[in-house]
Amino acid sequence: MSPANPGAWSGPAEVFAYRRLAEPYHSLTLVAPEVCSRAAPGQFIALRMPDDRSLLLRRPFSIHRVDRRPGWAGTVEVVFDIRGRGTEVLSRLRQHAALDVLGPLGRPFRYPKEPTNCLLVGGGIGAAPLLFLAEELRGHGHRVDYILGGRTQDHLLRPIEAKRASLTVTFTTDDGSSGYRGVVTDVLAERVRATNAKVVYTCGPVAMLRAVARVCAQMKLSCEVAWEEVMACGFGACLVCAVPVRLDRGGDDDWAWARCCTEGPVFSASRVHWERVEESGAPTTTGVGG
Amino acid sequence: MTADRRNLKLAVDLGGVKFPNPILTASGTFHYGREFAPYLDLSKLGGVIVKSLSAKPWPGHPPPRGAETPSGMLNAIGLQNPGVAAFCDHELPWLVEQGVPVIASIVGHSPEEYMKVADRLRGAPGIVAMEVNISCPNLEDPTKMFSSDPDATGKVIRGVTRVASQPVFTKLSPDVTNIVDIARAAVRAGTHGLAVMNTALGMAIDTETFSPKLSTLTGGLSGPAIKPIAIRCVYQVSRAFPDVPIIGQGGIWTGEDVAEFLLAGASAVAVGTANFIEPTASMRILDEFIEYLNRKRIRDVSQLRRMMKDG
Repeated sequence: MSPANPGAWSGPAEVFAYRRLAEPYHSLTLVAPEVCSRAAPGQFIALRMPDDRSLLLRRPFSIHRVDRRPGWAGTVEVVFDIRGRGTEVLSRLRQHAALDVLGPLGRPFRYPKEPTNCLLVGGGIGAAPLLFLAEELRGHGHRVDYILGGRTQDHLLRPIEAKRASLTVTFTTDDGSSGYRGVVTDVLAERVRATNAKVVYTCGPVAMLRAVARVCAQMKLSCEVAWEEVMACGFGACLVCAVPVRLDRGGDDDWAWARCCTEGPVFSASRVHWERVEESGAPTTTGVGG
Repeated sequence: MTADRRNLKLAVDLGGVKFPNPILTASGTFHYGREFAPYLDLSKLGGVIVKSLSAKPWPGHPPPRGAETPSGMLNAIGLQNPGVAAFCDHELPWLVEQGVPVIASIVGHSPEEYMKVADRLRGAPGIVAMEVNISCPNLEDPTKMFSSDPDATGKVIRGVTRVASQPVFTKLSPDVTNIVDIARAAVRAGTHGLAVMNTALGMAIDTETFSPKLSTLTGGLSGPAIKPIAIRCVYQVSRAFPDVPIIGQGGIWTGEDVAEFLLAGASAVAVGTANFIEPTASMRILDEFIEYLNRKRIRDVSQLRRMMKDG
């Protein structure tokens, strides 16, 4: 167990609860008071695979929610779908199992300084950090509205909690099984106008982030995107999680690969060099191993 | 630190390059050290081999740059680095201040580029040695890496040893027909020591999406999966060149792994991929290694090099 810098803590955590959510999603709640006391929305934790050196790397998960109970009862919750053997192992953990945790890691979402109308846009499992964000934004006196999208009704992550956490919620599904039939960007401009939103926070597949960022740029809205990229270490050492960003001077040729884990995972949409972003790679919240 | 160090001689001397203990951190797995400072006291390490430095900044490859494989991982970072000048200005002073010996890993696309980096590092305070990363495509023949060809290896090492003010270690690749031939070329070109080994070239394909898991198709395999290959390489090279000091590396995870590399003929080791999973891995491994030495009643780590029973 090692006390670490402002930010990361590393050590064993006990599984407080495993829950099966709607069809594709699983939830793990860990007793990790050191993590939850300093966690902010948009940050992530990296979980080590239990007792198995064949699954070498930690899996990063955005922090879904924290429960800051006093004393040593603080918990951190992550949600995931099964992407490979690692997430399969995690889905079989039950209460009292021990997991090694590193976190919280990464740069969180930034809040507006003045009370502001904020619109949250989440897609699939990518919506994981947005409930935590909604609670914190409301705690800081901001108005929160929410667009939650998914392939089908079952892919809407925690729709009831989304309703509780925000003033209005708009659901979109690809197949029309719930809410608007289509994708989040089909309703984005209308929801921005209806809610008078000034800031948009989004998390989900890269194609969705790009589409949301485009609408925000057209409407001259501030937009923050929580990025998902393949990671190995999670704390800036390996340079695996590369995101193309514009450098301060700004020209199209003036860019570099930034580390998603330390310079992100939350980036200002205007900083991302979208022309250099590939959409081919499968988005993942679970590192290089699934 | 829990392990008992009394009456133990942990310091090692690699042909004049001295480290307080034989546990270094491998290039490309420790960046320039800053990311690890919250987790461990860098001065407790034997040394830090920094991420490879080129004459000019290198941007690196597009993602995906990594993929997990059984007991290992593939990477294709593309030697992303800000260039040797930025390193000297912004990273080196901090790292030297931590009180840890620094080994500069250098890389280039031509012998001249390697020499430029070595020249920029001449007399740089705190740099005790150079590790030459020859696992890089040769611009004159981009289908080949310097590391796979004795002549290309010789050219690079001759050039670097001519300009470098520090002792030079040549980092060998396992992807060769006979690693001893490449080692010989490096030794003849004046290398002081060898670093054995770099990652092994590998590949993985996603059977659901039919896509290669790395943007560059192939990449370097590291982690416990490659340790037996590294032990074999260290063994072959150390038996061929018993007087050339070797830094062993490849999949080190435990204190016993360190002992295995020293038994094979290394004088020091570098911990690599384990740093990614466990930022304090190098310290745990040092503790475990000390416990091992105590258990086996070995007082001087340098004895291990001569203790393997090979008939």
